[in-house]
Amino acid sequence: MATTSKDRPSPAAGLPVQTQDTAALLRELVAHLRQNRTQLREEWARRITRAQLLTAMTEAEIFAEATSVYDNYVEALETGTFEALQAYARNLSERIIPRGVETHEVVGIVLLLRDVLARSLFAKYHEDFDKLNRILDAYEPAANRIANTVAVGFVQERERIIRQQQEAIRELSTPVLQVRERLLILPIIGVIDPQRARQLTEQLLRAIRTNRAKVVVIDITGVAAMDSNVANHLVQTVEASRLLGATVIVTGLSPEIAQTLVTIGVDLSEMATVGDLQGGIEEAERLLGYKVLPLEELAPKT
Amino acid sequence: MEVPILTQGQYLIASIQSALTDADLSQLREALIERVGRFRARGVIVDVTALDVMDSFAVRTLRDIAHMARLRGAETVIVGIQPEVAFAMVQLGLTLKGVATALDLEEGLTFLDGVARERVERGQGPFDRGPGHRDRA
Amino acid sequence: MPDELLVPIASDVDVVTARQQGRSVAANAGFSSGDQTVIAAAISELARNILMYARRGEIALNLITNGDRQGVVIVARDQGPGIPDVARALQDGYSTSGGLGLGLPGARRLMDEFDVSSVVGKGTTVTMKKWRQLAS
Repeated sequence: MATTSKDRPSPAAGLPVQTQDTAALLRELVAHLRQNRTQLREEWARRITRAQLLTAMTEAEIFAEATSVYDNYVEALETGTFEALQAYARNLSERIIPRGVETHEVVGIVLLLRDVLARSLFAKYHEDFDKLNRILDAYEPAANRIANTVAVGFVQERERIIRQQQEAIRELSTPVLQVRERLLILPIIGVIDPQRARQLTEQLLRAIRTNRAKVVVIDITGVAAMDSNVANHLVQTVEASRLLGATVIVTGLSPEIAQTLVTIGVDLSEMATVGDLQGGIEEAERLLGYKVLPLEELAPKT
Repeated sequence: MEVPILTQGQYLIASIQSALTDADLSQLREALIERVGRFRARGVIVDVTALDVMDSFAVRTLRDIAHMARLRGAETVIVGIQPEVAFAMVQLGLTLKGVATALDLEEGLTFLDGVARERVERGQGPFDRGPGHRDRA
Repeated sequence: MPDELLVPIASDVDVVTARQQGRSVAANAGFSSGDQTVIAAAISELARNILMYARRGEIALNLITNGDRQGVVIVARDQGPGIPDVARALQDGYSTSGGLGLGLPGARRLMDEFDVSSVVGKGTTVTMKKWRQLAS
């Protein structure tokens, strides 16, 4: 095959050379990748396993995903657009992140694919060094972009999931319990920072509305100390609950916290407090008109 | 924008439908006070479910309504304050102290019925305007 | 999205517009729904103050980014009589018009930055900012 030498500027590393030449070369590359789809995918899957990546997945699963990635890869090379690849990357990430797949594995397999494809190009064009160079010039920037798209897509998805999980944990760790009809209990445990305090209040107010609660028992037995900011916040929570028509009973108030409240100007005689949670619940039930009867009273008299 | 005011038995129910200007709020106050007198209402419910912001003027107006209604023998309940609005109010230091509040219309009616019942129990007829009005702090 | 949103204040209805626009700007900046409500209420207070004391003025709304924080800047400007004693006006419970006087102090408590500059006979400018941490 005769080679024609053309006058063209030597491209700087990594920059795409926008010529008709490039488009034609990419088309040739894509054709090659499609023709050798089977061997290349298998080669790739083999190398993934050898590199001990994606250990969380079975071989069959790896091959299935490898196929999807491969096809999307080739498609991106062919169309030059990356939206579909981006969407796929995010979709893939959504699936594999819960399986415990990590970032370095995803980056690793994409680089392996690049290597597998590059080697197959060497094998095909090793007799035509100039052609090989030109094909690699066309391939290189696209391949970089693809690797980037997949890796970034994965990382973004991971971050999104982490944020979601953190939110869920925060919600779980501040449960608002519905114990009886119209009665909510909010046991608070541990250290409360301003952000958590705020979240507690928002959750409680939403719960009051959803459950149509008339009485709320906030138990702070498990809270060691409270600074004046958080104490203020507690008072605000009580006031806001009242605006929603609910009465708040605070239980488990330690002498230290009582002191803090007094220091910030809270009139404790205005706030309904009861010593312990049990007492608080009884008071709440009384307010709601419940009366707890001992079993003997319910049994029919003979 | 005029707020529709309905009568239900001895009660007046004002249901706010959308954002109100200061003038609208003042107009509502006048309309309610006038009607309390005209119909000899025993209770007033103001439903603020549709309000996504309550600032100092709105709070002041609601307090005025409650105060004036009480002078004419009617108890007022504010219902439907949204959770976020309630939170914003307390953070801004706006209180409805001295004014009864309830979750929604149903709770508001239950509350007013309770007040009426208590009046009967205390020996005050439902139409009495004697001393001893309940001040809900 | 425009750089600055200017809401002229000359009537009752403008107060409502100002707080609705304020809420929308805060929403675009990613503030939580609760914070949007607070911001809208604070704007309502400032807008009403303009109406009550200066009859007309404007509220300017801006979004700014500073490193890893994003914020809303609200500037309330008027050419009214001015506030003779700013410190006193910022105290809870103070008001010359017989109201609750909770406009400025309440708003100031909730904003991250709050500045009042006023010259008697010339006018008043209130600047408030609320920041939000951006997730890294």
